[in-house]
Amino acid sequence: MSHDANTARHRAFDWLLHSPLALPLVGLIVVSVLMAFASDNFFTVNNILNVLRQVSVVGILAVGMTFVILTGGIDLSVGAVMALAGTVAAGIMVNMGLPGGVGIAAALLVGLGLGLFNGVLVAWGKMPAIIVTLATMGIARGLGLIYSGGYPISGLPGWVSWFGVGRVGIMPVPVIIMIVVYALAWLLLQRTPFGRHVYAIGGNETAARLSGVRTRLVKLAVYAISGLTASLAAIVLTGRLMSGQPNAGVGFELDAIAAVVLGGTAIAGGRGLILGTLIGAVLLGILNNGLNLVGINPYMQDVIKGLIILLAIYIGREWR
Amino acid sequence: MLELRGIRKSFGRIEVLHGVDLHVRAGEVHALLGENGAGKSTLMKIVSGIIQPSDGQILIDGEPRSFATYDAAIAAGVGIVFQEFSLIPGLTAVENMFLAREMRGPLGLLDRKAMRVRAQAILRRLEVDLPLDVPIARLSVAEQQFVEIAKALSLDARILVLDEPTATLTPSETEHLFKVMRELRAAGVAIVFISHHLDEIFEICDRITVLRDGEYVGSTDVADVTIDRLVEMMVGRRIENSFPPKPARDPAAPVVLEAVEVQLRRGGPVSSFQLRAGEILGFAGLVGSGRTETVLSILGEYPAARCKIRVDGAEARLRDPADGLARGIGLLPESRKEQGLITAFSILQNVSVNNYGKYRQAHWFIDFKKELASTQAAMEQVRVKAQGPRARVDTLSGGNQQKVVIARWLNHQMRVLIFDEPTRGIDVGAKAEIYQLMRRFTAQGYAIIMISSELPEVIGMADRVCVFRSGGIVATVEGDAITSEGIMTHATTGKVHHVA
Repeated sequence: MSHDANTARHRAFDWLLHSPLALPLVGLIVVSVLMAFASDNFFTVNNILNVLRQVSVVGILAVGMTFVILTGGIDLSVGAVMALAGTVAAGIMVNMGLPGGVGIAAALLVGLGLGLFNGVLVAWGKMPAIIVTLATMGIARGLGLIYSGGYPISGLPGWVSWFGVGRVGIMPVPVIIMIVVYALAWLLLQRTPFGRHVYAIGGNETAARLSGVRTRLVKLAVYAISGLTASLAAIVLTGRLMSGQPNAGVGFELDAIAAVVLGGTAIAGGRGLILGTLIGAVLLGILNNGLNLVGINPYMQDVIKGLIILLAIYIGREWR
Repeated sequence: MLELRGIRKSFGRIEVLHGVDLHVRAGEVHALLGENGAGKSTLMKIVSGIIQPSDGQILIDGEPRSFATYDAAIAAGVGIVFQEFSLIPGLTAVENMFLAREMRGPLGLLDRKAMRVRAQAILRRLEVDLPLDVPIARLSVAEQQFVEIAKALSLDARILVLDEPTATLTPSETEHLFKVMRELRAAGVAIVFISHHLDEIFEICDRITVLRDGEYVGSTDVADVTIDRLVEMMVGRRIENSFPPKPARDPAAPVVLEAVEVQLRRGGPVSSFQLRAGEILGFAGLVGSGRTETVLSILGEYPAARCKIRVDGAEARLRDPADGLARGIGLLPESRKEQGLITAFSILQNVSVNNYGKYRQAHWFIDFKKELASTQAAMEQVRVKAQGPRARVDTLSGGNQQKVVIARWLNHQMRVLIFDEPTRGIDVGAKAEIYQLMRRFTAQGYAIIMISSELPEVIGMADRVCVFRSGGIVATVEGDAITSEGIMTHATTGKVHHVA
């Protein structure tokens, strides 16, 4: 009996030491407890659902970002791609008067297309991901402004708001979309050959290629996935804002990267879990929400978030 | 001028130099000769203060010296030009020569004029004419080498070490280098010249010191020695490894892989070879002779100028190693850590990296149970000793790591296995096991290409041997013709046939 208890304790300890989820979970618990002390409103069902709704856009972006970072790459274009996809969808529905389904399909195609563009340049063009996606960020942002003339496109049909603020029971629709995306990502990463190849490339791309993994195709796919999740985030955001905003999502790529890294994924790739990214995104959301509830100056909030990210990465570095 | 006495060097518990002597006189070119891994580079690192000897004495002009650092050796008049240059590609020749000891004018600003004048003076002394105002990266390899030599001379080097300077030079560039060396010799500089090309040694050198496996074999005047005698000194007699017996060859066995024309770089030699089922084809030659590049071009991993191959008699073009896998050609790469293993991953993950997708459930998903079972079967087949399939590969010994990379190929219908330096850095017992494995594979019908820099291994294992030199195959030998002396002679002497 005591022996069993010992092995169980040993296992738990082992898991804490080695799982990439351990630190993010500890961080989540610590921040939650602090917030609960600071504000009576924090641990209410409503507030928690509210936090989840608020993180859904960055949370969805962070899924694609996780795939890319796991291969050792980075995608700086997601915020701008999201804005372009939302603007195009709104333009098609409002200005061209086409059915909503066409608008949504166009948003998905925009994200997929730019993702493939990134992927081809990184995998076949052998250019550094940080530069390729930085360029795509500028291109996508500029295209969005050209397409919309710089103004938000409003006057969308009412049902579009369902994606942003609708509910099924008490569950907000964006939260449901986010959870479905995470579940699919988990299946892809943990249960399919493709997912295992993503990890292998991040672990040692040369070894993966020399052992017969089609590394270029896998890299193409991760950037395509990142483009697709940017489109999904665009649909949620457009539903919330009820307009296509060419200036939306500035700096969201940095929040998405922060969520991935806070979630315990190694920035060099090869190590990390999609569940960690969800925890990281929620952690960021709680920080935003909590610092608001406590009434801290919004400018100060950015400073505090930055310091917390630095601290988390520092501890994570020591942890290995 | 430079004298080394009884130099020993150990890394950890392994001694790599067992008491080496070297005596270089002023105004002579002294060749340092030995096979790959004989200890030449280690010895030269000791002379230049980069590493410290465990025992022994360094004397300069009869005075015992010890160099704690590279700078201390430079101050004592030792200059060294490494195989990999230590120049900064973005800086000009002048900037490189005076790096970190720039001449300064009255205001502490760079005195460009003075540096330029000094650089020109040195280059004129070498009778070398090269552009001083363009980044080094735009100069030819030979010109860069002259900059390195000029840099050493600007530091008043009286002892100059040239580590395989001709390896990447064309014949006319080599001639120019020799001219410069003769001038320096006439000026009283002592030159240590490392080269694998025996012809060159007979052309330029006065005396020769031979090392073998970290041992001092002997020194001799060039005039008193023949190529045959030198090869014998380099190869020597060695303790035989326990190689499994070679089975009788079947000359009618089908050709599974044929290199029709492989030309690594434009203007270089063109190679061809045939690989038959059930044989081990050895690729011998010096480091940098093009063995690894040749197999990598076949796998589409190295951009060769020309690469025409046939797989099972049909012309084929492999774009990447994944195509190789599909055609049954697998690689055990040269460097386990850089190219073979995903070091932070488990044995299971390393073996199944090219196996995912083979065992599926519900079409899309991996069947982890079968995956685990197949990995365990492969591990047993090659006898990986480890706690279990989930042990991290970086906790394993070198031999077991190597077996993990081999195991990766066993769940596929492979025909050809390419082993690049399969026993580098692993212990004697593990070596014997790898040899047994290779013979078991050939008995099962695999064809094996074995690249090896260890002559006894080539002789003990290979059924036929292709000898490489300067980027191509210069000879193919089989049966009783596979001898150390024969292979060494082909690898170090004779003309290479260049094709435009």
